[in-house]
Amino acid sequence: MTNIIKPIFEVDNLKITFDTPDGDVQAVKGVSFHINPGECVGIVGESGSGKSQTFMAAMGLLAKNGRADGKIIFQDHSLLDLSVEELNHVRGKNMSMIFQDPLTSLTPHMTILQQMREVTALHMDLSRDDTDRLCREWLDRVRIAESARRLNQYPHELSGGMRQRVMIAMSMLCSPALLIADEPTTALDVTVQAEILDLMDELKRESGTAIALITHDMGVMARMCDRLHVMRHGEYVEEGDANEIFYNPQHEYTKMLLDSMPRIDDAQRSSHHKLKPIDQNSAADDFLKVDDVKVHFDIKVSGGIWPKTLPLKAVDGVSFKLRQGETLGIVGESGCGKSTLARAVLQLIEPTHGTVTWLGKQINGLTREELKDKRKDLQIVFQDPLASLDPRMTISRSIMEPLMTFAPQMSKSEMKETVMQMMDRVGLDRNMINRYPHELSGGQNQRVGIARAMIMKPKLVICDEAVSALDVSVQAQIIELLMDLQEEFKLSILFISHDLAVVREVSHRIMVLYLGRVVELADSLEIYHNPVHPYTKQLISAVPIPDPEIERKRKSIKIPGELPSPMDPTAQLKFLPSKLKTEQKGYLPKLFEHSPGHFVAEHDKLEVLLS
Amino acid sequence: MFSFIIRRSFSSIPTILILILISFALMRLAPGSPFSTDRGLPPEVLANLEAKYGLNLPWFEQLYTYLKGILFNFDFGPSFKYKDRSVNDILAQGFPVTLTYGIWSFIVAVAVGIPLGIAAAVKHNTKLDYAAVGFSIGAQVLPNFVMAPILVIIFTLWLNWLPGGGWNGGQWQYLIMPIIALSTSYMASIARITRSSMLEVLHSNFIRTARAKGLPYRSIILRHALKPAMMPVVSYLGPAFVYMITGSVIIDIYFSTGGMGQFFVDAALNRDYSLLMGVTIVFGVMTILFNTLVDITYAWLDPKIRL
Repeated sequence: MTNIIKPIFEVDNLKITFDTPDGDVQAVKGVSFHINPGECVGIVGESGSGKSQTFMAAMGLLAKNGRADGKIIFQDHSLLDLSVEELNHVRGKNMSMIFQDPLTSLTPHMTILQQMREVTALHMDLSRDDTDRLCREWLDRVRIAESARRLNQYPHELSGGMRQRVMIAMSMLCSPALLIADEPTTALDVTVQAEILDLMDELKRESGTAIALITHDMGVMARMCDRLHVMRHGEYVEEGDANEIFYNPQHEYTKMLLDSMPRIDDAQRSSHHKLKPIDQNSAADDFLKVDDVKVHFDIKVSGGIWPKTLPLKAVDGVSFKLRQGETLGIVGESGCGKSTLARAVLQLIEPTHGTVTWLGKQINGLTREELKDKRKDLQIVFQDPLASLDPRMTISRSIMEPLMTFAPQMSKSEMKETVMQMMDRVGLDRNMINRYPHELSGGQNQRVGIARAMIMKPKLVICDEAVSALDVSVQAQIIELLMDLQEEFKLSILFISHDLAVVREVSHRIMVLYLGRVVELADSLEIYHNPVHPYTKQLISAVPIPDPEIERKRKSIKIPGELPSPMDPTAQLKFLPSKLKTEQKGYLPKLFEHSPGHFVAEHDKLEVLLS
Repeated sequence: MFSFIIRRSFSSIPTILILILISFALMRLAPGSPFSTDRGLPPEVLANLEAKYGLNLPWFEQLYTYLKGILFNFDFGPSFKYKDRSVNDILAQGFPVTLTYGIWSFIVAVAVGIPLGIAAAVKHNTKLDYAAVGFSIGAQVLPNFVMAPILVIIFTLWLNWLPGGGWNGGQWQYLIMPIIALSTSYMASIARITRSSMLEVLHSNFIRTARAKGLPYRSIILRHALKPAMMPVVSYLGPAFVYMITGSVIIDIYFSTGGMGQFFVDAALNRDYSLLMGVTIVFGVMTILFNTLVDITYAWLDPKIRL
C-alpha cells in the first residue's frame, strides 16, 4: 500500500465486547481500516453485524456494558485512551455523527437554535450575533426554507426529512474533518432520502469532509461511496473500491447481498422470484371491489376557547378491483394513507364513505358477528413482526388462534397437526413450537405472522409493509415464500410498501397513492417503463440502484417544495398548479385512462412543475 | 393557555356538582342521624332539632338551600355537632394549620426527593443508587403512625429538643416533627418516580446526540434530560400536594396540631353533614385546581402539548 495521503481516521485491530448476563458477546472481532481526508467510506452489513459499534466506540457512545480494545487514531488522538473530558473537545467539533432516527434524535423541549448554539458555545469562540448568523447560514446550506423562522421552532414542528437536515447542519457547524452517518436515510421516504444523499455528497465535495457511511442499503452505497467494507458477524468479509465490489464481488456473502437487492431498473433480473402471469380478462367484479372509499379522521385544532375539529382526509376516494390470484402493489410515501386504506378494506376501520364488495356482497356496514365469517378469508400481515405477536403466547398458539375461532369443531390434536404442517410450509422448524416471539429472529417471527394469516387458507391477504423491517437476504426469502403460497392457494395479495423496487418485483399491477388519492394505476412493467404522472416519475427516479456507474449518472427529479400537510386544502393540487391560478382551490384531480388499463390523475407537465 | 384555563374552569363545574351530589346522597343513605345517641332523645326534642337544621324538609329542598348558601354567600352552613360554630369558622381555623405544615412538607419532599432520584439514576447501579432505592423502600413501608411516635421518642423524650405536640401559632419547633412525619413517604415516592423516569430519558436518542456533540455530562442532565424526566413526577405532585395541604389525620391527632385532617374523620363519625360536605368540597376544588396547574406545567415541560 502506498498511502501518500495520511489517513485522518485509522482503526487497528478493534475488538468490541459486550458483557451480558449470558457471558461476553463479541460484536466486533478485530477490524482494521482507514479513512482518507475527503473520501466517503461505506460500511455495509445486515442488522447485528456490528457495523455501527465501531463508530460508537470512536465517539465514546458505547453502551455501559461495552468494552473496546485495539486502537482508533483520529487526527493524532488515540480516541480509546482519552478521558470523557478530553473526548468532549474532539467529538462534535472535529468529528461528528448523525443517526438513524431523526424523529427522536433532537431534544424535544429545546428550539433548533438553542440546540445549535450549544455546539458553537462549546467548540468555537463566537459572539452571539455571529453564532446566530452561522446557524442560519447552515440551515440555508442544508436547504431548509425560511431558515430564520425554523430556527425558533421546536423539533416536532419539523418533518422527518427537515429534522435530519437540522442534524446535518448541527454536525457541520464546526466544519468537522469526519462526519459519521449511521443509516442516515433509512427512516426517510425515498424522495427525501435522495435529497439528503445529494446534500451529503455536496458537503463532501465543497467542505472536504470525509464521510463514514453506515448502511444496509447497497443502492445508497453505490450512489455515495468511494470505497466500501462488507461486514458480517463482526468481521469484514470483503473490502475495496466501490466499483470492484459491485462489478466483481469475491466473497459469497457480498454476492448474496447484491443478488438479494431488488432492482427497480431491471425487470428480467428477478428470475428467482416466479410471479405467475394472471388472466387479465377474468371478471374482477365478483372478487374484491373497492368503490370510492374515503376514511376521514377528526383532528382537534386549537384556537379560540373551544377547540374545533377538522376532518383529516387520510383516504379520499379510492377505487380499484382485484382479481383472484392477483397481486396489487400499493406504494406511496409516509402519510399517503396506504395503511389506512388496507385497514378500511378489511373493515378494521369503518370507511367514512364508499363501499367494499367481497365476492359480490358488500362488507362494510356489517355487524361484528356477520363480519367474523368473512374474516376467515381476509387476512393481514403487519410490518413489525415482533410487536404484532402476543409476547405471552407461544408461536404455535398464535398460529392456532384462527383455528380456535373459525374451526372450533376440530380436536386439539388435529389443530396441532395443522399448525405443524403450516410451520413446515412457511419454513419454521417443528421443534420451535413452544418458543416465544422474543426467542426468534425478525425473519422467523414474520414467518409466524404469515403462518397465522395463512392457516385458514384465506383468499385475500394484505401485506402491510410486511418485509420492510427485515434484512435484504431475509426479505428475499419471505417474498419467495409469499409467492409460493400465492400459487398454491390462488391467493390475492394487496402488497403495501414504501419500497418501490420490492413492489415492482412482487406485483402484477401497481397503484401509486398521494395524500389519500390514486395518482397512477397500471400494470407493473408499464408503470416502471412508462410512468406518466410526475409524482410517479419522481418516486422512481429517487430509488437508488445498486450499480455505481448507473447510479452516479442518474439524476433524481426534484419537484420543489416539501410534502404538503394533508390538512392543506390545496395539497391535492401540487401537481396541478394551473388550477390554483384559476382559483379552483378545492378542485380534485380526476383519473383518466391514459392507455388501456393505465390510469393517471390529471396533472401539469413535469417541465412546468420543475420550473 | 388562557382559553385552556377558561375551558378547564367551565368543565370543572359539573365535576364539583356531581361531587356534591354523591357525597350528599351517600350521607343521607347511611343509617342514623347527627342526633342519634345511645340513649335516644325524646321524639319532640329530635323533631325540634331537625327542624332547626332543616332536616325535616324533603331532600331536594335541603340540597337547594345548601347549594344556594355556598354559591351566593360562600356559606357552608352551621356545624351539626359543634354548637354555635359554623363550618366556615372551623375551616378558617383548621385550614391555615394544615396549609402551613403541608406546604413545608411539600417543599422538603420535593427538595430532597428529586435530587435524590436524579443522583440515583445518574449513578445507576452504584452504592449511591442502592442506598437511594433502599431509603425509598424503607420510607414507604414505614407508615407515619409508626414514624410519629418514633420521632417523639427520639426528639422529645430522649434528646428533649422539641415539644411533643401542639401548634403554638406555627412556631418552628412545633413544625419540625409534623413535617418530617408527613413528608418522608412522599419524598420516597418522588425519588422513586424521578429515578425511573430519569433512567428512561437517559437512554433516549437525543441524549446520545447531546453526548455526540461533546456536551459535558452536567449540562446533558440539567439541560436535556431534566425537563422530560419531570413529566411523570409532576403528575404525581399535583394530587400529592392536595393531600399534604388538606392534612393528615394521624399528624393532626398525634401532634395535636388542630389541623383540618382530624375534622375529616370527626365529621364522618359524628354525622356532621355540613362539616363533611364543606371539607369534601374544599378537597375537590383543590384537586381540580392543582390538576389544572399540573397541565399547565406539562405544556411548559413539553412544547408538543398545546393548551
